[in-house]
Amino acid sequence: MSGQSLYPRLEPLLAQVQKPIQYVGGELNAQVKAWDDVAVHWALMYPDAYEVGLPNQGLMILYEVLNERPDALAERTYAVWPDLAALMREHGVGQFTVDAHRAVRDFDVLGVSFATELGYTNLLEALDLAGVPLHAADRDETHPVVVAGGHAAFNPEPIADFVDCAVLGDGEQVVGDVTDVVAAWKEQGRPGGRVELLARLARVDGVYVPRFYAVSYGPGGAIAAVTRTRDDVPARVGKRTVMDLDEWPYPKTPLVPLAESVHERMSVEIFRGCTRGCRFCQAGMITRPVRERTITGIGSMVDQGLRATGYEEVGLLSLSSADHSEIGQVAKELADRYEGTNTGLSLPSTRVDAFNVTLANELSRNGRRSGLTFAPEGGSERIRRVINKTVSKEDLVRTVTTAYANGWTQVKLYFMCGLPTETDEDVLEIAELAVEVIRAGREASGRKDIRCTVSIGGFVPKPHTPFQWAGQASAETIDHRLRVLRQAINADRRTGRSIGLRYHDGQPGVVEGLLSRGDRRVGRVIERVWREGGRFDGWSEHFSYERWTAAAAAELAPLGVDLDWFTTRERTQDEVLPWDHLDSGLDKEWLWDDWQDALSEEEVADCRWTPCYDCGVCPTNGTEIQIGPTGRSLLPLTVVGR
Amino acid sequence: MARQPDGPPPPPTVQKLRLRYAKRGPLRFASHRDLARALERALRRAQVPMAFSAGFSPHPKISYVGAAPTGAASEAEYLEIGLARRCDPEQVRAALDASLPAGVDVLECVEAAEGGGSLADRIDAARWRVELPGVEPAELAAAVEELLARDAVLVAKRTKNGVRDVDARGPVASASTGGEAGCAILHVVVRQVTPAVRPDDVVAALAAVADLRPPSPPRAVREAQGRLDGSGTVADPLGPDREARARCQGEHAAV
Repeated sequence: MSGQSLYPRLEPLLAQVQKPIQYVGGELNAQVKAWDDVAVHWALMYPDAYEVGLPNQGLMILYEVLNERPDALAERTYAVWPDLAALMREHGVGQFTVDAHRAVRDFDVLGVSFATELGYTNLLEALDLAGVPLHAADRDETHPVVVAGGHAAFNPEPIADFVDCAVLGDGEQVVGDVTDVVAAWKEQGRPGGRVELLARLARVDGVYVPRFYAVSYGPGGAIAAVTRTRDDVPARVGKRTVMDLDEWPYPKTPLVPLAESVHERMSVEIFRGCTRGCRFCQAGMITRPVRERTITGIGSMVDQGLRATGYEEVGLLSLSSADHSEIGQVAKELADRYEGTNTGLSLPSTRVDAFNVTLANELSRNGRRSGLTFAPEGGSERIRRVINKTVSKEDLVRTVTTAYANGWTQVKLYFMCGLPTETDEDVLEIAELAVEVIRAGREASGRKDIRCTVSIGGFVPKPHTPFQWAGQASAETIDHRLRVLRQAINADRRTGRSIGLRYHDGQPGVVEGLLSRGDRRVGRVIERVWREGGRFDGWSEHFSYERWTAAAAAELAPLGVDLDWFTTRERTQDEVLPWDHLDSGLDKEWLWDDWQDALSEEEVADCRWTPCYDCGVCPTNGTEIQIGPTGRSLLPLTVVGR
Repeated sequence: MARQPDGPPPPPTVQKLRLRYAKRGPLRFASHRDLARALERALRRAQVPMAFSAGFSPHPKISYVGAAPTGAASEAEYLEIGLARRCDPEQVRAALDASLPAGVDVLECVEAAEGGGSLADRIDAARWRVELPGVEPAELAAAVEELLARDAVLVAKRTKNGVRDVDARGPVASASTGGEAGCAILHVVVRQVTPAVRPDDVVAALAAVADLRPPSPPRAVREAQGRLDGSGTVADPLGPDREARARCQGEHAAV
C-alpha cells in the first residue's frame, strides 16, 4: 500500500550506522500529514548529508508552503551515507523520507534542490535506492516526477537525462502551480499518461522539461541548435520571481533538528537578489532584481522564529546583508528588543565598503562576539576591477584595522584564485594585504593576539554570468598559486603566525566546472562516476578526482570533446551555450559587453543607486527593484515570563 | 588579568532544580550531545529563567549526569539546572516537557535540597531492560547463567583511544531473564565504571561465554539509575531531595 511507513524495517538498520539520529525525523516543527487526505504528495530532497541539508532555507520554505495547502503534503529526504545505503540495499529498504519514513517511490513528485552541482551523483544514488529508474525516459506514470530546482537548475543540461523537469527561479509560487497540474491530471484519471503530464507541466511558467527539447551538435563539438520538439512548449523558458517578500514570510516555524547541523541558528532572509554586479557571482545574476523584506516584516519573522525554535542566534541572510536599506535600524532595534536575552544577530560575510563598527556592535550586543568576515574576493585592486568588486587596498586595511581597534580579534577574509586575467602577482598581493592588516591591527589595538584567516578557493565560471565565456584555470594553476601564496605568507615569521590560510585545492573545482557549464553529453560522465561508486562529491573524503577524470575521458572521447573542452576552454561570442534556451532575464549581449568590460578592467555601478544599465531582467520578467527605507520601526515586544 | 566583558556580572543562581527525563521511541538514536542541544533550546522556548555563567560566552547552568548511549532508550536520565529566579518545579517540568519534541519527556522535577550533596554522588549503577528479538528466553537464560558463573569476561570495546578489552562481567551486579517466544528479555543491573560497561558490552559478553548471537540489534532501555543498596536495588537519586522538601513543608505546616 502506498505511503506506508518503512520505519519498522529501517529501525534495526539504524542501530548499525553512524549518527542514526539524522534518519529518524521528529524535528521540532516537522509535520506529518495523513497520506490519504491529500491529492499530491511531494518528497523534497536536499542531495547532501542531513547536517548540511536540514538548515537549507529553500527546502524549509517549500516544505511549509506545500504543507499549508489542504490538497498537498510534503516530506523531506536527504542523501544517506554509504554505511546505511549498503544496509538498505541488503535488506531491500528504499530511499525514505525522514518525516513519516515513507518510500520516496510512493510520492507523486520528487523535488530536488541543487545549491551545487556536486550533488548530482547523490541524486542518482537516491533514485536508485528509491527504485526509480535513473533515466527519465524509462519512467512510467507510477513513478514520481523528478523536479530539479535551486541555482544549479539554471543549467540542468548535465542532468537532463535524469530529471523530468527543472524549475527556474523562486520556488514559492511555482510549487503551487505544479501541484495544481498534478492534482488535475490525477483527478482526471491520468489522461495521456506521463507524457501528457509532462507536457502540461512544460506549459507552467518557469518549468523546463528537457525531453521536449532536442540538442544538435556542430562539427567542432559545440552545440548547433536547441530546438523544441513540440510547438505547445515555450521556445525559451523564463524564470519565476516572487515579488513582495513580506507576503511570503517563510519559514514561519523553522525546523530545529536534534542532530548537529552546519548552522546552529535560525535565519531570516532580509532581501533576495543583488545588483552589486560582481561578475563571478551566479547568485547575484540569476536572482535579480533586489527585493527587500521590510523592517517590520523582518521583525515579525525574527519574533515568530525565535519563539518557535529557541535558537540563540539569528542570521540575517541575503547575498549582501549590510546593503539592506535599513540594516542599521534593523540591527539596533532588534538588539533593543532582545536586550538581556543572550540572543545574538549575525550577518554572512560583509562587504568591506558596507561595514561599520556601529552595525557590528549592534549585531553582537546581546550575543557572543564572533569573528568578522569580509569578502574582498580578489587579491589586487586590478583583479577587483575585473570582477567588479572594487575596493581600494587602503579602505580594506582601514576597515579591518578598525575592527581590531574595536575589540575584534579574529577577522576572516574570503578570496578566490583562478579569476579571469589573473596572474601570480594578483594572488601574491593577498599575502601583502594580510601582513599589512596584521601590522596595522597590532598597532591600532595594542595587542599581539589578533588573527587574520585567509580563506581561498578556486574560481569556477558559472552560466548566466559575464564569466560564462571564460576559460577556467586548471587545477595545476590553482594549486601553484596557492603554493606561492602560502610561501609568501610564511616568509615573515613575525606576521605569518598570526595569519591562517584555509584553502581548497584545485581538483574539485575542475569537476564543478564540468558540471556547471556542461551540456547533455556530461550526463553519461555523471552516470559512470556514480556506477563506479561516486557519492558525496562535496566531501573531500569521498571525492575522487581520478574517478571523474577517467570517466570523463572514457565517455567524452567518443564524442570528440574532453574535460578541458568544457572547463579551461574560452568560449567565443557566437557559441551556442547549453543554457541559452533558459532565460534568467539577463540580456546575452549585456552579459557579453560586461565580459568585455571585465577584460578592460571597467567597473559597473549598482542599479539601486544609479540609473538602470539595461541588464534586461526587469523588463523581461515584468519585475522591479523593491527597496526601502520604509520609515517604519520596530516596537518593543512584551516578553512573557521575564 | 583576563579580560572581562563590560557591564554587570550575570545574576546568581538562586534555585537548583533536578529533573528526570526519558528518551523514547525513535529518539533513542539521539546522542548525548543531541539531547543537550535540544534541552538547551527547549529551556529557552519554555522561557525558564536560567542562570548563566560569566564571561564572553555565557552558558546556561546545566549539568548532566551519566547519559545513556546513542541507540539506548531511557526512562531515567537526570540533569540539574540553575535558575536566576525561583520557580515552581512542577510548572518548570510541564513547560519544559511541552517545549521538547515528543519522545524526550520530562517526568519529574524537584528542588535540590541545601547541603544534600551532588546528584552525581547519588548514582553509581543503572538497571537495564534489554529486548533481544529473535532470541529464545531459554537460550538467554542459559547464557546469563554462564556469564554469572564467571568472575570476569573480557570484551573488545571501542573507546576514544582505540579498541581495548574491558571486563563486562565484573560490573554486573545482578542479571535475570524473561520474555516470550521469539523475544527474550534481559534484566541487568550494572555498576558505573570507567570506561562504562553498557548493555551492548553485556550482550557481547554473552556471545563470548555462550555464543549467543542475536540476529538483530538488541533494544535497550535504562529503567533506573541510582545508588545500589545492599539488597541489590537501585535507589531513587531524587529521593533525598523529595524527603527534604516534605520535611520542610511539614515544618511549615506545624508553624
